[in-house]
Amino acid sequence: MADNGCGFPAPGLHSFLFKPIFTIGGFEFNKIMLLALLSTLVVVTFFTLAFGKAKVVPGKLQLLGEMGYDFVRRGIVYETLGKKEGERFVPLMVSLFFFIWIMNIWSVIPLAQFPVAASIAYPAVLAAIVYLVWVPLTFKRHGFVGGWKNVTGYDPSLGPIKWLVSFIEFFSNLLVRPFTHAVRLFANMFAGHLMLVMFTVASWYLLNSWLIPAAGVSFIMTMGMIVFELFVQAVQAYVFVLLACSYIQGAVSEHH
Amino acid sequence: MIATLVQLAAEGGHAEEQNPLIPPGPELLVGTIAFAIVFFFFWKKLLPNINKVLEERHEKIEGGIENAEAMQAEAQSVLEQYKAQLAEARHEAARLRQEAQEQGATLIAEMRAEGQRQREEIVAAGHAQIEADRKAASSALRQDVGTLATTLAGKLVGESLDDHARQSRVIDRFLDELEEKAEATR
Repeated sequence: MADNGCGFPAPGLHSFLFKPIFTIGGFEFNKIMLLALLSTLVVVTFFTLAFGKAKVVPGKLQLLGEMGYDFVRRGIVYETLGKKEGERFVPLMVSLFFFIWIMNIWSVIPLAQFPVAASIAYPAVLAAIVYLVWVPLTFKRHGFVGGWKNVTGYDPSLGPIKWLVSFIEFFSNLLVRPFTHAVRLFANMFAGHLMLVMFTVASWYLLNSWLIPAAGVSFIMTMGMIVFELFVQAVQAYVFVLLACSYIQGAVSEHH
Repeated sequence: MIATLVQLAAEGGHAEEQNPLIPPGPELLVGTIAFAIVFFFFWKKLLPNINKVLEERHEKIEGGIENAEAMQAEAQSVLEQYKAQLAEARHEAARLRQEAQEQGATLIAEMRAEGQRQREEIVAAGHAQIEADRKAASSALRQDVGTLATTLAGKLVGESLDDHARQSRVIDRFLDELEEKAEATR
């Protein structure tokens, strides 16, 4: 990869692989795992500081935490599921949003510089959790036959094509949905990281003789990409939670 | 920092490459644990905590509003009570004033009537007195005049008129004539 003619160390899949920091038995602990656990630490620490000794008249930190909490609770969960149905999913959605957001933010933090969600395992785990929430909920709410009807969008009014529709719906809802749910987050973070690495490396690589202006352009692009990534990170966390809510909404609704 | 990153990237080139869509097992495990911790804290501790506080705040705000409303209502009722009392007092004052006026008027009327009556009594008494005096004077005068005239006439005419009865008749007739004359001239 480094021998592509000009010596430019173009980023690629290898940018997403890390050597283990330490190994216990056969278990290799790498930087992504460290960042994932640090995400947990950051989220839990922040919200413990904000909500641990919550007061009726909030301090600045509690106010900030409440704003975030309220954004997910009212802005996402109540909006899609309603207060009555959505209340019990609030802890899950709040956890998902802040965990994903902090995992993503590592992308632009110096020294960390890697979005945890750019490793498919983490989005996959979260998408699987959401899948394991809404699929059983469908059958619990509608019974066995009703659950299948709900999930396959069975609709007799469609006439002869109803079986085709049901087949496609079955395929798209039960098989493709968890995959797209995870990959949407993964791919956004993956691509974002690739872009950041590309411009960062280019800024350094171009930093000689007459190419210095180009390095400047690349550096400015890096800064621009960082701002853009900050936006994408928050948006992807929001989208992931919003989709999770809409899946649950589909599971509890009468008509698919 | 960037140098190490590039070096890392370069080294990565030699590492065996894996399909990025196939999650490595250990990372699934770490991801599950990491998320489970976050979820556990939110679910069991932090969200119940903040929800309680939010609920409390909501109640306090509602309670504050209710208190304010109650106080306003009380103030309103007190104000109305005062207004009613004031109106009643005004009414009472007006009534008293009118009563006093009426009483004064009757008093004046009574006094006036009394005065009138007393004046009339006095006037009547005066009249009666004058009448009595006049009568007394008139009768005394008549007698004196009669005597004088008789005496005078007797002196002029002699004893013939000593007969009392005749004398008296003549005098009376004379006096009546005089009176009639006086009345005719009046």
